[in-house]
Amino acid sequence: MTLANQFSPLHELRNKAPVFLTALFSMTLFASVCNLWVPEDSAFHVSTYTITLLGKYLCYALLALSVDVVWGYCGILSLGHGAFFALGGYTMGMYLMRQVGDRGVYGNPLLPDFMVFLNWQDLPWFWQGFDQFWFAFFATLLVPGLLAFVFGWLAFRSRVAGVYLSIMTQALTYALMLAFFRNEMGFGGNNGLTDFKDILGFNLQSDRVRVALFLCSALMLAAAYCASVLIMSSRYGRVIMGIRDAEARVRFIGFKTETYKVSLFVYSAVLAAIAGALYVPQVGIINPGEFSPLNSIEVVVWVAVGGRGTLYGGIVGAILVNYAKTRFTAIFPDQWLFVLGALFVFVTVFLPQGLVGVFKDQKHWLFRRKSVEDVGE
Amino acid sequence: MNRLQAVRQRLRRGPAPPLGAGSDQEMVDISHQVLLYVEGLSVSFDGFKALNELNLYINDGELRCLIGANGAGKTTLMDVITGKTRPDSGQVYFGQTIDLLGKTEAQIAQLGVGRKFQKPTVFEQQTVFANLELAMRVEKNILATLVARLSSENLDSISEVLDIIGLKSQHDALAGALSHGQKQWLEIGMLLIADPRLMLVDEPVAGMTAQETERTAELLTSLAGKRTVVVVEHDMEFVRSIAKTVTVLHQGSVLAEGSMSDIQSDPAVIEVYLGEDP
Ligand SMILES: Nc1ncnc2c1ncn2[C@@H]1O[C@H](COP(=O)(O)OP(=O)(O)O)[C@@H](O)[C@H]1O
Ligand SMILES: [Mg+2]
Repeated sequence: MTLANQFSPLHELRNKAPVFLTALFSMTLFASVCNLWVPEDSAFHVSTYTITLLGKYLCYALLALSVDVVWGYCGILSLGHGAFFALGGYTMGMYLMRQVGDRGVYGNPLLPDFMVFLNWQDLPWFWQGFDQFWFAFFATLLVPGLLAFVFGWLAFRSRVAGVYLSIMTQALTYALMLAFFRNEMGFGGNNGLTDFKDILGFNLQSDRVRVALFLCSALMLAAAYCASVLIMSSRYGRVIMGIRDAEARVRFIGFKTETYKVSLFVYSAVLAAIAGALYVPQVGIINPGEFSPLNSIEVVVWVAVGGRGTLYGGIVGAILVNYAKTRFTAIFPDQWLFVLGALFVFVTVFLPQGLVGVFKDQKHWLFRRKSVEDVGE
Repeated sequence: MNRLQAVRQRLRRGPAPPLGAGSDQEMVDISHQVLLYVEGLSVSFDGFKALNELNLYINDGELRCLIGANGAGKTTLMDVITGKTRPDSGQVYFGQTIDLLGKTEAQIAQLGVGRKFQKPTVFEQQTVFANLELAMRVEKNILATLVARLSSENLDSISEVLDIIGLKSQHDALAGALSHGQKQWLEIGMLLIADPRLMLVDEPVAGMTAQETERTAELLTSLAGKRTVVVVEHDMEFVRSIAKTVTVLHQGSVLAEGSMSDIQSDPAVIEVYLGEDP
């Protein structure tokens, strides 16, 4: 292997993607087939409930990936990524609300139920256009992207970093939660948006649509993973890692580190928003609780458990921790937070590189030595 | 020695300036032979004057040594020149026309001012090779770095610098795994590959063996001429071996300036600096 290869993003993608994509798609396709075509009385049948649950895990995995991109690679510990996730969820939820049409409880063809309930006469301006899927799609990318840009620009330009930045991200998501709780905001207040019927004209309750959404989640996760591998193995990615390890050095080499951080933050926020937009049609509801600061902290725990700075570590962590959460809360609903806290402490103390770090260490031994003659070829 | 001559040749020739990045460097106006003007510079931290009305003129192509006791303000001076610290008053000009105060670290670096930190600062989680790659003189904007490929010229110059800094066999090792002296060399290598007009080198031989120190001295001497180098050092033996002109800083101001023998016989210097540490 020559050095030019070693520094080529495509080469890196060919190295890293196959295992990940094979694992992801063999699991999702297997589950899908077992849901749609295996009869319900068979032992191999996968229920639609399980499909939805797995779809949810994949959205969480994408969210974890977005956090790993900024935290693992650039050292920006965002404790507010739930905000971008929730915003993406709301833009999708607005589209789904408009899809309900006159089938709501009040039968108003234009206004969602909660607006009729509040005696509103007209659709607020910011709800215009959300009857179109393409519009909602772009809003999903633009609104959280813009918020991340403004936030990042303000924070990174004034060189806010470390704990202060983390606190600011918490404040951001908390402020949004309070805002969305208010009825006057026009997003359904406390109850949020729910009782969706269709997506793109297809019934959200049907098995096929559920499977399709599940597969879409897998596809988006795969695309985001590949894009992130390409980005992180480019020179851009090495600058980002340089910022993590010695930001001053990067500046004195001549890179405007603020610009790099803002751009990465926006990319990450958009990934989180896409995760939220895929999450909402599968779980059927979005409410201000998704902005809860605790949610954002949980994401950081998934990434820490899986192993940060690896891209796949966060994904593995999100799926494992959420599976554990599903299992655990079914038995002891109230104790989960203690378990999560204990898990975080355990991982931080004993597995600083997370679960995947345990395996990576062994792999490193095998592939370590490369020949010296490679240089300059 | 051959290698040093080779790199000197290369630097004389000057690398082909890559798109945009290099062109800034050519604009420095040195019609009065002075590359760096520092005038009336004062910096205070919570009332403590780290720099006090400091004046310093560095000629183009010069190799200048800055000496002075701990806390004399040497590092602070470099911080101001490179945009890290804003002074209370004073002026810093690069050539006749370029005012460095008010520019960001990145802008100053792109103008051709390179810096080695006192505490060796390299990208510990990345390979030696990647460290050099990042320091190369190339386009530094986001879009350029997203699509950047290593050209064969890039590989050649990295390979050449690896030879000079003696880290060829460790090009694939993480920089964090290097010894202190090797990190110093890597950081010097990052300066070499960036090939700045003005190099500010803060305590380059701290933690180096006698042999490494000697090679560093050779390297820095070989750079003078085409490049302008300002070296901060405590090691008097080292300073003696490289410097033509030495500037002594004391409590944030210039105490004396001249050749090493002038300095050593200057009564003021003997009193406050050399006297302490005979
Ligand atoms: N960021 C800072 N905050 C407060 N004091 C500082 C700061 N940087 C330097 N100083 C003080 O300024 C003086 C000069 O420091 P420095 O320039 O590092 O000295 P030198 O490099 O010559 O040893 C020292 O007394 C140091 O304590
Ligand atoms: Mg110092």
